[in-house]
Amino acid sequence: MPQSIQLSHITKGFGTTHVLQGIDLTIEPGEFVSLVGMSGCGKSTLLRVIAGLESPTEGQVHIGGVDVTQDDPSDRNLAMVFQSYALYPHMTVRQNIATPLRMRQLSLRQRLPLIGKLLTPAPLRRAIDTAVAEAADSLQISALLDRKPGQLSGGQRQRVALARALVRNPAAFLMDEPLSNLDAKLRAHMREELVSLHKSLGATFIYVTHDQIEAMTMSDRIALMSGGQIAQVGTPDQLYHAPATLTVARFIGSPTINLLPAEADGAGRVRVFGHDIGLTTTARGPVTLGVRAEGLHDAPQGLRLTVLRCENHGADRFVSCALCDDDTQRVTLRQSAPTPGPAVGDHMQIGIDARAAHVFDADGNRCRTQACQQVAA
Amino acid sequence: MSVTRYIPHMVLTLGAGIMLLPFYWMGLTAIRPPAEVFDLTLWPIPKTLAAAENFTQAATSVPMARFMLNGVIVCAGILLVQVVTAVPCAYALAKLRFPGRRLLLATVIAALCVPMQALALPLFVGLAKAQMLNTYFAMMAPFFVSVFAIFLFHQSFRSYPDEIIDAARMDGFSEMDICWGLVLRGSLPALSAFAVFSIVAHWNDLYWPMIVITKTELAPPPLGMLFFSDAETGANYGALMAGATLITAPIVICFLLARKQFIAGITMSGVK
Repeated sequence: MPQSIQLSHITKGFGTTHVLQGIDLTIEPGEFVSLVGMSGCGKSTLLRVIAGLESPTEGQVHIGGVDVTQDDPSDRNLAMVFQSYALYPHMTVRQNIATPLRMRQLSLRQRLPLIGKLLTPAPLRRAIDTAVAEAADSLQISALLDRKPGQLSGGQRQRVALARALVRNPAAFLMDEPLSNLDAKLRAHMREELVSLHKSLGATFIYVTHDQIEAMTMSDRIALMSGGQIAQVGTPDQLYHAPATLTVARFIGSPTINLLPAEADGAGRVRVFGHDIGLTTTARGPVTLGVRAEGLHDAPQGLRLTVLRCENHGADRFVSCALCDDDTQRVTLRQSAPTPGPAVGDHMQIGIDARAAHVFDADGNRCRTQACQQVAA
Repeated sequence: MSVTRYIPHMVLTLGAGIMLLPFYWMGLTAIRPPAEVFDLTLWPIPKTLAAAENFTQAATSVPMARFMLNGVIVCAGILLVQVVTAVPCAYALAKLRFPGRRLLLATVIAALCVPMQALALPLFVGLAKAQMLNTYFAMMAPFFVSVFAIFLFHQSFRSYPDEIIDAARMDGFSEMDICWGLVLRGSLPALSAFAVFSIVAHWNDLYWPMIVITKTELAPPPLGMLFFSDAETGANYGALMAGATLITAPIVICFLLARKQFIAGITMSGVK
């Protein structure tokens, strides 16, 4: 049964450092929410607080409406998949998958080696065996059941860890960078599998990652964390197309968003190195203009650039350039690959698509903008 | 080139030879008749073989089996309580977070420096006041808590992955389940290394039993040997060495059985 998870004012400090600073977040039943951020932003600590492996300094965790802040990890009915998979090394795959059920459903005596088997009622034993077989089957690891974790590849261990998590039908799945130890190809494949697993189970997923591509491709919603706080919560589209702060804009998207120094005049018209780009904003004075690679286009009267590097990605090409007005400023633009690309050292001129541009004030917060008629410089 | 490659082996062989010489001499004396005991030859076959006489005298003139049994009881008792106390303690120091942990660990390491002899007098007085001299308990009690065991297990437990412990907590393992079922399970080489250290030390211990035991029927093997040399044999070194061979044998066998794990245990935990 998928449950909602509600975090209210979660604070966590270790000594004088505040790892989490007042986190509020509600995760709906069946939702796939990613916690993303740079390393050290507190996302793993937040997951551990939800799991009960760390207790918050302040604040409450509610699961399915029930306050579980003081409950032990095992009483929260959550399943967690760890970065290193954390399989029990001395147990076979079968025993690993069965462990969460055995710990919950069997008494201490029934868990004893050898004689425990005799003390366990046959229907209970069969129920556990069936659940293990089903979990193994759904992750296609039935052939590996009698192996030890040491004999498995990284991808296989990953599947065993997932099977161990889903065998007992938890209130929610917590995943701590589960794909980061896999190679690129397998990672892309497991992304798909996780998404379809999420669909088929209809379960609540909380997924921690530092990889924005994982977050963008898999999540219903993303909570982007920075410095122990949530910078923005929203759908992948919202974070990509309407980043609330500079931090979010920088973190989401590949290649990284282009950020240029700009000036908003008394009427709020935004100029970049003297070029009017047809955009007005609520801010005044120096601002930062953010525009993604696809928001730039060739324009005869636009900003002059020198090509530094061309990166071919098959269908697309990313061209990194330095601004002629200030060669410490770099921009990256996207071109369709079939057209012949520019050579290193070539000059080009680009315009900025006002509807795709974001303006951030001096504090890094996004300001409202409106596209308007462009006037020649 | 080929000669220099063998030099380390030659040095080690020489060292091993020097270490083994006293044992060889013991074995040799045990099968020699009294007349040949002081011969300086290392030739393994004596002119007259006296093995049967020596071993018979060693085994019959004192209750050798009784001494062995006492040794087994004392060593097993000590080892069992040491493991029962040291494993949870080492687990807490290695894997749990609580105030004062570093101080406790420092105390454990400091306690490694206290020699047994320094504590002998207060322990003896305490046991005497409690009227517990001449008991198995008196022989075992001072060794029940081994800081060396805590330290050795701590070193070994520290390397156990934290994520597995977290996974176990989520799966519903209690801290004791984790400690005994997972962490100790992953440190079996350290356990057998410690078992060898402990058994060897207490099987061979003469100092403490000599202080608290005066009754022959409670004597562990080395003390028994002492009674044996006093009472019966006087200068019969052959029989004495036959007795020493008998009491050393179980330890050597015990080490040979646990050799592989023992070496893994000491190399893994960084204790040498």
